[in-house]
Amino acid sequence: MIKLNPKLSQKLSYTLLCITVGLAIVPILMIVFVIVKNGLSAISWEFLTSMPKNGMREGGILPAILGTFSIVLCSIIVTLPIGVCAAIYLNEYAKNNLLTRIIKLAIVNLAGVPSVVYGLFGLGIFVMFFRLGVSIIAGALTLSIMELPVIITTVRGALSSVPHSFREASLSLGVSRWQTIRHIVLPNAIPGILTGTILSIARISGETAPILFTAAAFYVPHLPHSIFDQVMSLPYHLYIISTQIPNMPKNLIYGTALVLLMMVLTMSCVAIIARIYFRKRRKW
Amino acid sequence: MSKIEIENFNLYYSDFHALKNISINIEDKRITAMIGPSGCGKSTLLRSINRINDTIEGVCTKGKIKISGENIYNDDVDVDFLRRNVGMVFQRPNPFPISIYENVAFGLKVNRIASDKDVINKIVVESLKAVLLWDDIKNKLRKSALSLTLEQQQRLCIARVIAVVPRIILLDEPCSSLDPVATRRIEELMMVLKNKYTIVIVTHNMQQAARISQDTVFMFLGELIEFNKTEKIFTNPLKKETSDYVTGHFG
Ligand SMILES: Nc1ncnc2c1ncn2[C@@H]1O[C@H](COP(=O)(O)OP(=O)(O)OP(=O)(O)O)[C@@H](O)[C@H]1O
Ligand SMILES: [Mg+2]
Repeated sequence: MIKLNPKLSQKLSYTLLCITVGLAIVPILMIVFVIVKNGLSAISWEFLTSMPKNGMREGGILPAILGTFSIVLCSIIVTLPIGVCAAIYLNEYAKNNLLTRIIKLAIVNLAGVPSVVYGLFGLGIFVMFFRLGVSIIAGALTLSIMELPVIITTVRGALSSVPHSFREASLSLGVSRWQTIRHIVLPNAIPGILTGTILSIARISGETAPILFTAAAFYVPHLPHSIFDQVMSLPYHLYIISTQIPNMPKNLIYGTALVLLMMVLTMSCVAIIARIYFRKRRKW
Repeated sequence: MSKIEIENFNLYYSDFHALKNISINIEDKRITAMIGPSGCGKSTLLRSINRINDTIEGVCTKGKIKISGENIYNDDVDVDFLRRNVGMVFQRPNPFPISIYENVAFGLKVNRIASDKDVINKIVVESLKAVLLWDDIKNKLRKSALSLTLEQQQRLCIARVIAVVPRIILLDEPCSSLDPVATRRIEELMMVLKNKYTIVIVTHNMQQAARISQDTVFMFLGELIEFNKTEKIFTNPLKKETSDYVTGHFG
């Protein structure tokens, strides 16, 4: 074996690491570049705020934006409280017995189920069995089921990161277990819960499969009136205009992709900023 | 009256027998020190007196600990009320990451001991005065408690306990993260507090035990070896293990 001198081998491994990082980043930059280059010309105030026209070949994507927004909003309103409560129970109250271990294992594994399976499940349960029809609420509930394991896992992480010494200090003042969670654990876990939530929102905004059979419509000529309406949604709209509509102007397709990308990236950025902000304030 | 009578007390961490048949009577308005080599069960015994060990999974106990005659391990004991009566100060200062004022007021507010703002203010001020912290921080009550020095933080933790009016204060190596000067000042504080509270302190520092305590408990491997007046333990112990330990021959 050849022995390199330490300086040289240090340089070599450094270069190698840089190359791998480059390999990871370049495709992302290229995707963004291609989308921005082809789609930027389509972005205008009108594109964001008007209805599609002429078989979606002209006009805007407002119904799709609003559709995605309302599905995601409903979904997070349902998921967050359930997820936080479940995480509190699992982390703070559940005894470490077989049942708890099975539940924890199930949660971890549920997070790995392919999203189209959730879509079929939502179709069977919410659309057909509960007769919600193809609607915002059915789609939102399907996304909730899909996102719940992730939310529970992140919230549990946030709860666990609150130092045990705070709990002991509070309990030893005669403060009850619930009050300790309410006044000490939760406030200190909020940064983690918040960033987890925003990342979840970003993730489900881009999901297509779960809403394919449960909420999304090919074309709806009006804006949604209630949570029982079918809606258009950005990811599904993107799929349709790129595959189903002949002579679709290319810049509108890329423009739609750009809007979706921006929505997701903005939320991720908000999550990152929130995390930095809270980390600065945290002092233990 | 808040004597602590520990009678044939045993504690198990799952199958590990951490405390073996401990019996001691801890007297009112005195400082009792617990000494012994690392891992002998001092913290475990101390933490049994306010049942904070209950929060650890797999802990089970046998025997009694009576406070003012009542066994705190009875099923009908209100553990939260017990803990309010038996305050605890930990090894590392652990103020909450909120303001100095809110730290002291926390127990009062959450336990609804007081709700009137003036009453709370008064108790906060009195508690901070009792730990001799008031003069240092009276102008920065709204500052974060984490901006204080470690010594001040430990005083604040004691003030936080005092605010909920306990009768017993348990301290687990309260000076181990402090420098010698701060340690002396906390010791002086304990001498003052002794007049109002029953104090039990775990310490690794022999001089500290000798300086401040009236009674001393010496433990070894989960067993009580000797319990006696501090003078006796340090000058004329009955057991050989005790004399070896206090003279520094083992441990
Ligand atoms: N949560 C726990 N689970 C299992 N065993 C434990 C736990 N806490 C402590 N022990 C064990 O119980 C014994 C007594 O521990 P304890 O912390 O009471 O000792 P100590 O005398 O306070 O030691 P030190 O001086 O190092 O603080 C040790 O052997 C320790 O390993
Ligand atoms: Mg200890």
